[in-house]
Amino acid sequence: MSKTNIKFRDPSVVMKLSRLGSFHQSKLSFLRSFIREFKEWNYKRNLFDLDKNGYGTAVYSFEKNGRNYSLVCFAQHIDPNERSDRVIATKWDAAFVLHDGVPTRADIDRLRDNVPKQEIGRVSYKELTLSRANKSVRVFEHVVNSLSQGHQPDKNLLNKVGYLYRTTAVYGSGKFGLADRFRIKDRKEICGPFRLEMMLVYLVRQFTFDQVNHIAKSRNPDKAITLDKNIARNLGIGNSTGLGMAPFIVNHPTLFSNWIYCREKALKDIRSIEYVNTDDFNLFKDCFNKSKLSLDSWLTDSQYQINKINSLKSDLLKFTQYLEKDCSAKIGYLWNKIYLWAEKNLHEECIEYIVSMMMEPYDKIIDPLINEMSSEEEKYFNIPAHRKISELKAIIENNYKSIINIDFKEKKNTANFWFISRNKEEPRVANRYKEYGSELEQPLAIARDIKLLYERLVKAKPTDTVADFLLNNDDVRHVVRRAFIVEKFPYSEIQDNTIGASLVPIDMLRLKLSFFGAIKFDPRSDKWLRINMYQGAPLPHEMKLSNDTWVYNSLR
Amino acid sequence: MQSFSEIDITSKRASKAAGFDWGIAEEVGKNMRNLEMFGLPGVKNLNLYLQKIKKNPTEKPKKIEKENKPQSKEFCPIYCGTTFLDDCKMLERLSRIKFINVSYPLLFLPFISRASEIVGKKISVQYEKNNFLLNFDKTIFSKNIKNSEVVSLAKEVFIEFLENNNSFSIQEWKELYKLSEKTFVEETESSKKIGAGAGLTDND
Repeated sequence: MSKTNIKFRDPSVVMKLSRLGSFHQSKLSFLRSFIREFKEWNYKRNLFDLDKNGYGTAVYSFEKNGRNYSLVCFAQHIDPNERSDRVIATKWDAAFVLHDGVPTRADIDRLRDNVPKQEIGRVSYKELTLSRANKSVRVFEHVVNSLSQGHQPDKNLLNKVGYLYRTTAVYGSGKFGLADRFRIKDRKEICGPFRLEMMLVYLVRQFTFDQVNHIAKSRNPDKAITLDKNIARNLGIGNSTGLGMAPFIVNHPTLFSNWIYCREKALKDIRSIEYVNTDDFNLFKDCFNKSKLSLDSWLTDSQYQINKINSLKSDLLKFTQYLEKDCSAKIGYLWNKIYLWAEKNLHEECIEYIVSMMMEPYDKIIDPLINEMSSEEEKYFNIPAHRKISELKAIIENNYKSIINIDFKEKKNTANFWFISRNKEEPRVANRYKEYGSELEQPLAIARDIKLLYERLVKAKPTDTVADFLLNNDDVRHVVRRAFIVEKFPYSEIQDNTIGASLVPIDMLRLKLSFFGAIKFDPRSDKWLRINMYQGAPLPHEMKLSNDTWVYNSLR
Repeated sequence: MQSFSEIDITSKRASKAAGFDWGIAEEVGKNMRNLEMFGLPGVKNLNLYLQKIKKNPTEKPKKIEKENKPQSKEFCPIYCGTTFLDDCKMLERLSRIKFINVSYPLLFLPFISRASEIVGKKISVQYEKNNFLLNFDKTIFSKNIKNSEVVSLAKEVFIEFLENNNSFSIQEWKELYKLSEKTFVEETESSKKIGAGAGLTDND
């Protein structure tokens, strides 16, 4: 094959919601990069003060070179009717906070008064992330009961659920008094996005194992055994995620762009490899074959997701045949050939699955990108208002090609609106023509507002400055800012209408969760879904010797 | 205490609720974060100002000139600020700018502070015996300001773009430079030949 000039994929293709909603975990995912970064840190259980029912306080920490991060856990009794995954819940089986440093007794007492209250409590700048979780009652009780009787729990039941606890929110970056990101952003170990959120979830997972072992032992001290490490390793932490995540990717355009850019840069660099090493190709095939096994345990009641999984399964069969018949490491630009074949023959879900797999052999390409996935968002906030109308118009024509062709006079294209609920200050989406409150719409209808801006720019004098234009157009200022951001960050904007009747909000959630590294997306409606995190991850004492492909050992 | 992130988000939402468009409200959120970070009472002033405009709406400047006077009411510090920020590269040429009757002028400051960074010049602001020196949006030095006292109306606001001049004399600089020379090593013929990176001839 002759020298190939591989280009970045076009944002007008990649940034469609159906494509973004087909992303899968990869080597870039935050929970995997967390384990790579923290594997050399010293893990410790500093305090474990639970009663016989497993209620009380525990502290876990990571330490290196004098720096400590401590997870403080509070477990409590709640009545079955108080247990809810809805964001409107006010009581949880356990609540957690990640403290910066080693908490004093006074810190723990202060946190005990506030952390279990979550949104209505207050934490301080000494705390970094905050969360809560509920037991999967069926599995939790089964595991405790089995262990207390001296035998291991039923693996089939555990495989169906995959976790002992499910978190319903993980907060960071200044919420409820937590530390602002600027206080800690220069620490090398947390320069990847959401790293402290990932740390919290990882340590919570260990707490859940320690808690079941403790309760089992308390119930039957003579007979109880501890949870087998191989079983524990195959349990993760569940997560129920609602619409709260969706506006995040609209409200943080440069951060969002950096995530996608890194994925696209990795793909471009991998497709540009002329001679593929046989070991690398074998690693790809190994991960691919192991990952396929997970599809049978990807269970969901959602017809939308069932269709996607079935399409993925059928495409993977096709791809497996192609891989066996037509691919070998001797072929020049093998990855590019595979990618082009996938684009021609497979659906989006499977194409993006293969893209994730292609990253597996390439630490040298992926590792430097991890540090590029954060963003100094403030740098891009100011509008360069000295620039000309003609320039702004050209930016929109180049970067919002399909958006400016949408007819927003049609009701179906403005069917929905996004708002913040008074109850929990959480984002919601509702039908504009049936529900109350559209006058309080959040600025998340980017496509509609960009189109409005464009229509006005067409009528404006091209040689005028943007400052002149803004004097009389305050109502589109927010999208003027975005247009100048997309000029520098082409992957910063979803190339779809986020208020149209055909919007599938879980595509936005899944996109973000795939970057987290979640697996087994299980939509419970078109607005919320359950996932699993850290299933298969090394246990804390195994981290130092762990292999980054752990995720594929667990997917069965 | 409230985090700066909470201050930003709540100020943005409150400004929207008070009638500003989202793009302007975003500016206010960022500005309140900056003011509070600089130790100035942004939240207190914004709260009072947003209450005030419910009953007494203020005025938006049409275009900023050397001297600016509202047509009938007081100027809105937020609209003055966005207009100033958007046009700051042009306004720099005016050097000195005066506003008459600006409501809650502290809310005008963070816009001018951001303009200072954009044009690369320090800017001084004076109103009602309060003096501020805005340094490229990195710091705000203030004189005579008492955080507990809120200026609800500035009859005159003076803004001046300061030229990038030294704050020291040539003599002071020479003395400092002479001292710094003591870190240099005396050159020998040999170190001249082999110590420098470039060749002795460079004729290409």
